[in-house]
Amino acid sequence: MTGAAAAAGKVLAIGIGNPDRGDDGIGPLVAQRIAECRLSGVTTLIRSGDALALIEDWTRHDAVVLIDAAAMPKSRCPTPGRVHRIDLLTEPFPPEISLASTHMFGVVEAVGLARALGMLPGRMIAFAIEGTEFGPGAGLSPEVAAAAGETAARIVAEVRGIPNRD
Amino acid sequence: MANRSIRVDILARVEGEGALDLHVRDGKVTRAHLNIFEPPRLFEALLRGRGFMEAPDITARICGICPVAYQMSAVHAMEDALGVRVKGPLRALRRLLYCGEWIESHALHVVMLHAPDFLGYPDAIQMARDHGEAVRRGLALKKTGNALMRLLGGREIHPVNVRVGGFYRAPSRAELACLSAELERARDFAVETARWVATFPFPALERDYEFVGLRHPDEYPFNEGRIVSNRGLDIEAREFDTEFEERHVAHSTALHSVLKRRGSYLVGPMARYSLNFDRLPASVQALARECGLGAQCRNPFKSIIVRAIETVYACEEARRLIASYEEPEAASVPIAPRAGIGHACTEAPRGILYHTYTLAEDGSILAARIVPPTSQNQISIEEDIREVASAALELSDDALRDRCEQAIRNYDPCISCSCHFLRLNRHRE
Repeated sequence: MTGAAAAAGKVLAIGIGNPDRGDDGIGPLVAQRIAECRLSGVTTLIRSGDALALIEDWTRHDAVVLIDAAAMPKSRCPTPGRVHRIDLLTEPFPPEISLASTHMFGVVEAVGLARALGMLPGRMIAFAIEGTEFGPGAGLSPEVAAAAGETAARIVAEVRGIPNRD
Repeated sequence: MANRSIRVDILARVEGEGALDLHVRDGKVTRAHLNIFEPPRLFEALLRGRGFMEAPDITARICGICPVAYQMSAVHAMEDALGVRVKGPLRALRRLLYCGEWIESHALHVVMLHAPDFLGYPDAIQMARDHGEAVRRGLALKKTGNALMRLLGGREIHPVNVRVGGFYRAPSRAELACLSAELERARDFAVETARWVATFPFPALERDYEFVGLRHPDEYPFNEGRIVSNRGLDIEAREFDTEFEERHVAHSTALHSVLKRRGSYLVGPMARYSLNFDRLPASVQALARECGLGAQCRNPFKSIIVRAIETVYACEEARRLIASYEEPEAASVPIAPRAGIGHACTEAPRGILYHTYTLAEDGSILAARIVPPTSQNQISIEEDIREVASAALELSDDALRDRCEQAIRNYDPCISCSCHFLRLNRHRE
């Protein structure tokens, strides 16, 4: 796992969330699994809190993958561990998905601000993993933990398909 | 017109959760309540029984925007209780860390949260389409503030490198020197931001506040100084309870703080600036005058200019501190536990933050009390809303709601800190 000062690969995978807030920890866990694959040209980061700082993170990269926990309204029958892939450059962010943030600027707002400023990378994909439990001190729910490996493998396969990433 | 009531259920672009209830009867505002309903957070109780060394890390968790303020008030109060005084390079590093927090916090509020109010946008994203350069400057300023906090604090949110007696690790001169060029650019961005906000349209409102802030013999205040006001208050932090009192009110989970003898008062950038204009460098004073400010500012809407001016100051001060930095022999001074009572007040971005701790012989915390700036400003916020709404009753409910929210955002309130934040409920009676 690398910090902000790490040499920039062309691809950046950012796991967003707080491991001490239940299923909010799935983003960091998936990012860790991706880092363990040691893909050339790929930088991984873990971030929690200041979503505006994400813009600073991704400006030096050609492609960005965001991995975050999602909270779904009960009316949409949330399914813990279900994974949503969203192409942030071509698809509107689904209104029913809330990327959990207790802060005033969340990931969706950071993407919206970067889009308005022309600061989005050339490729930007979000993987939103549905969670149910976001309480302080709680661990990942079993269904969400079980989705980590498959999600990481899916992202690794997608990243390997990006041409000239080295 | 008979009676109106306006309710804002959740105030946007503030930290935390609260509501506003505005009651109007026969053309007069009869009640303006800032309802803070975020649950009490019980940090003072959580601190009891913990070691004195844990206070900076525990209290930093009160706020993700101003954790340094909590750490600074905690370490100074502990050092007061333990008879220790931190001087020289370690003191300078604390001041530098505070510069980082002011730059990050002020840039966020000025550009991302408050500027859209003046330019008629619902949020910074909409504003960015027309004012992209200004927003990019704001992001760059935040980045510089974060970089200072990351280097000195270990990370930008909830820093982990601050300890009673100093730091766990002191940076090298070379590490700090790397930030000097970025701070020079940030200073230029801050100057441009100040000139930009000075062009905004400002409602004509001047209030006769009692300004309360720190005052130091020869510095614009961050960590040290006497608690003073423009009406004669001049005390040490340890005398806080003789002059100030916290009161429960039914509509807020945050305590309301008053001056025992005179009632409401104002803390924060406007108070700090008005009490310490003469402590600003001549270059910053000249910029303030160019931006339309006098030596005092009493128009709460112009607090956005004051924050921008303070951001310029923080960039300049950070560069000065880095240029004169000498690496300390040790990252902290020795500390031994003992029984005692300590008090401290430092200048958080939103105003003075008071901590007091009672320690047992082994250094464990017997009692803790924390008085954050937003709880001190609650009555002033309600008084501002009353005046702002009284002068704008001809507006539609939606327009009045927007104006009241803007008046609240003048304070950059941190509801989570105060407890402890907004729904506007305008009631037609």
